[in-house]
Amino acid sequence: MKLGTIVFPGSNCEQDVAYACEYLGIEHRYLWHNDRDLGGVDAVVLPGGFSYGDYLRCGAVARFSPIMDAVSAFAADGGRVLGICNGFQVLTEAHLLPGALIRNTGLKFICRELPLRVQASCAWLNEPAGRVLRMPVAHNEGNFVCDDETLAALQATDRIILRYCADDGGDLACAPNGARDCIAGICNEGRNVFGLMPHPERVIDPVCGGIDGQTIFRAVAGLTGTDAAAAAAAA
Amino acid sequence: MAKYEILVTYRTGIFDPAGETARRGLEQIGFTGVDKVSIGKFIQLDADATPDEVQVMCEKLLANPVIEDFAIKSVG
Repeated sequence: MKLGTIVFPGSNCEQDVAYACEYLGIEHRYLWHNDRDLGGVDAVVLPGGFSYGDYLRCGAVARFSPIMDAVSAFAADGGRVLGICNGFQVLTEAHLLPGALIRNTGLKFICRELPLRVQASCAWLNEPAGRVLRMPVAHNEGNFVCDDETLAALQATDRIILRYCADDGGDLACAPNGARDCIAGICNEGRNVFGLMPHPERVIDPVCGGIDGQTIFRAVAGLTGTDAAAAAAAA
Repeated sequence: MAKYEILVTYRTGIFDPAGETARRGLEQIGFTGVDKVSIGKFIQLDADATPDEVQVMCEKLLANPVIEDFAIKSVG
């Protein structure tokens, strides 16, 4: 199992993904946005950051990077693709995921840890529905929008994977960033492409304040054992 | 070389956080009659391109049809 993280000009979370892989014993390599193939990796991560300065719209220019043709073909073949934060924005711009991410309703960059409720599983997350995970968010454009038809389809096919929620897992009246239906993460119809605004790669090592992000990387790498056991082993 | 002006705005039904904040700001300084403020992008192109090509540029990159409408004006 080898994970590849694409580095766009302006990406800044790729080293966190590499660290997560190192910590969990998953083989990792970087992929350059100008490459045209995925170098034989088994799963691809589009990391957070500010690809191409976020100019025009977040992810709009990165979507046309040479490597994105390979990513689209890989995804169409059932290959596992994860977009974190800016990576999620790139995936919506590339139409690998529906909807779009616009400016937070409060016009503020939100940088804090938030509770997230698992709604359903996909190739990148295998947790019981209702479990609350805590992960940091750090974004200015995390306000998920889509039309009524898209939302109904996402709901009907259980493709909303994570929702912003209260500390006890209860519903919020409104997501901190204004996201429609409190959506924090969604997957495609094949459930192999997953995009989320929170940063699982930042909560891997307990010294960083949490380990709830491990579940994402464990699911894709097929690692067994619990997060707690892994943390104990690492310590 | 042709000149084009392109106006990109949020589609109806998409909440415009910056526009709403500006509207509230106007209200705060006494302009209570403003129902809605929409903030978009104004793009100028100097391009060796036909209007049809500019249409494709907008559909593919300059606007995101999921959330935005655009209007192209040929200005010379």
